[in-house]
Amino acid sequence: MRLGESPLGRRVFKVWLRDLIVWSKYWHGSLVGSLGEPVLYFLGIGYGLGSFIPAIEGIPYIQYLAPALIASSVMNSASFETTFSSFTRMEIQKTYQSIAATPVSMEEVIAGEILWAATKACLTGTVMFIAVAFLGFIHSPWAFAAIPVVMMTALLFASIGMTVTSYAPDYDFFTYYFTLFLEPMFLFSGTFFPLSSMPPLLQTFAWFLPLTPSVYVVRSLFQGHVGFHLLGPLLGTIVLTLFFFFFAIRRMVKRLVV
Amino acid sequence: MNPVIISASQIVKKFNGLTAAVDGVSFSIEKGKCFGFLGPNGAGKTTLMRMIYCFSPRSSGTMTVFGRDPLREPRSIKQRIGVAPQEDSLDPDLTVIQNLEMYARYFDIPKTVVQQRAERLLDFFQLKEKVRSKIDKLSGGMKRRLIIARALINEPELLVLDEPTTGLDPQARHAIWAKLEELKSQGVTLVLTTHYMEEAARLCDELVIMDLGKIIEKGSPAELVERHQVKNLEEVFLKLTGKDLRE
Ligand SMILES: Nc1ncnc2c1ncn2[C@@H]1O[C@H](COP(=O)(O)OP(=O)(O)OP(=O)(O)O)[C@@H](O)[C@H]1O
Ligand SMILES: [Mg+2]
Repeated sequence: MRLGESPLGRRVFKVWLRDLIVWSKYWHGSLVGSLGEPVLYFLGIGYGLGSFIPAIEGIPYIQYLAPALIASSVMNSASFETTFSSFTRMEIQKTYQSIAATPVSMEEVIAGEILWAATKACLTGTVMFIAVAFLGFIHSPWAFAAIPVVMMTALLFASIGMTVTSYAPDYDFFTYYFTLFLEPMFLFSGTFFPLSSMPPLLQTFAWFLPLTPSVYVVRSLFQGHVGFHLLGPLLGTIVLTLFFFFFAIRRMVKRLVV
Repeated sequence: MNPVIISASQIVKKFNGLTAAVDGVSFSIEKGKCFGFLGPNGAGKTTLMRMIYCFSPRSSGTMTVFGRDPLREPRSIKQRIGVAPQEDSLDPDLTVIQNLEMYARYFDIPKTVVQQRAERLLDFFQLKEKVRSKIDKLSGGMKRRLIIARALINEPELLVLDEPTTGLDPQARHAIWAKLEELKSQGVTLVLTTHYMEEAARLCDELVIMDLGKIIEKGSPAELVERHQVKNLEEVFLKLTGKDLRE
């Protein structure tokens, strides 16, 4: 219990900076790592399989897929950072404990880690965005409005990942999280095919998966479909992000500060 | 009498509401002194240190560090403390110099000041040749020295050392003792936990012996030897705890 001083402040960015400095040493490897998978999906499924698929919702399959892959690659990158990488820093390297012995609070350590993971994921997303633009798949200036939505997606999954880490006894726990939660979500959030092709009950269920609203909004913006139909999914994503951001911090502080 | 830096009364720490790891400990530490906490494994030394440097909240009791309560003003206390924890917690993703620079950032120390200080500290702890090395290329003794150097980057008034020389060979240990004596002569207050009686006898002005979360004896090294009518501190310890330290 902390009384008096506010536990969350500007020092968050010192932790963020620490991660940035480390990343800047290995950025090439890290970027290849997080871009490899989405690019393979893009080529294999988008171009390969996609050439057998008729237009979906009036657009060629590869253009249907591209915005969803940006959202899901950001999800993966953010998730990886706050699970496997954060767990290593916390349990193996004791980085959190040693930073918390300085005027930086544990709350700031965790918040900085989440913000960093989101930033790193956004870098992946940006590279993909530029690639998609170069391929000529951007038809509406609204596509640029997708950037803050992608950032929010990054923050959301960084926060959920950190929440998972707060419960994790070991690395195996993350394997379960990835294979039982993230990968099914990657498939069933309207990434590869429209939700409308699933039975109604599954469709309703799919809307409760945290990736679905992001994919929906990002794709709509890419196609310039702007309207009130975006409001619900956007609001949902924001609320969920705020919830998990603060919940993750609380849970981690509870785990670490004993 | 010197001003009191840490004063603690009836400190209790329970994990998950179970048995107390620290069980009603009281002490006060004066400015410029070296105060030692001795005790076998599991005595509660690390737990106590963590409460002093505002990492763990205590379960009950009162404590002030620099006259402030660690529960209320952790930041302003931590700003003035240097911590060398028991475990190796150097940042392995960074080089030697980066470890110091990054740590300095956490304390808001201006860049120009950091450069000078880092250079001086690396010199002081004979790590100059290793400036750009990665942490995993350092020997155990070098890591320990770097942990202490890192703890000094904010020029702390109080240095908390949790087993600063455990696992080192005699040369490395003596080298660190010499450095700590030098710091003491500069007026830095030292709080130290140790398993080595020789270390305690050489460095500490005052010490307490802990076992099972309680303080079972206190005094200066010379007083303790006299009081128990034995040859050295080691025998005092064995007599009181009935355990061999280096098991
Ligand atoms: N996070 C924790 N959760 C539960 N119990 C703990 C925790 N940390 C320490 N303990 C318990 O508290 C007691 C005191 O541990 P502590 O680490 O303070 O001892 P120590 O004197 O530093 O020992 P050592 O000389 O081995 O470093 C031990 O019984 C230990 O198991
Ligand atoms: Mg200990």
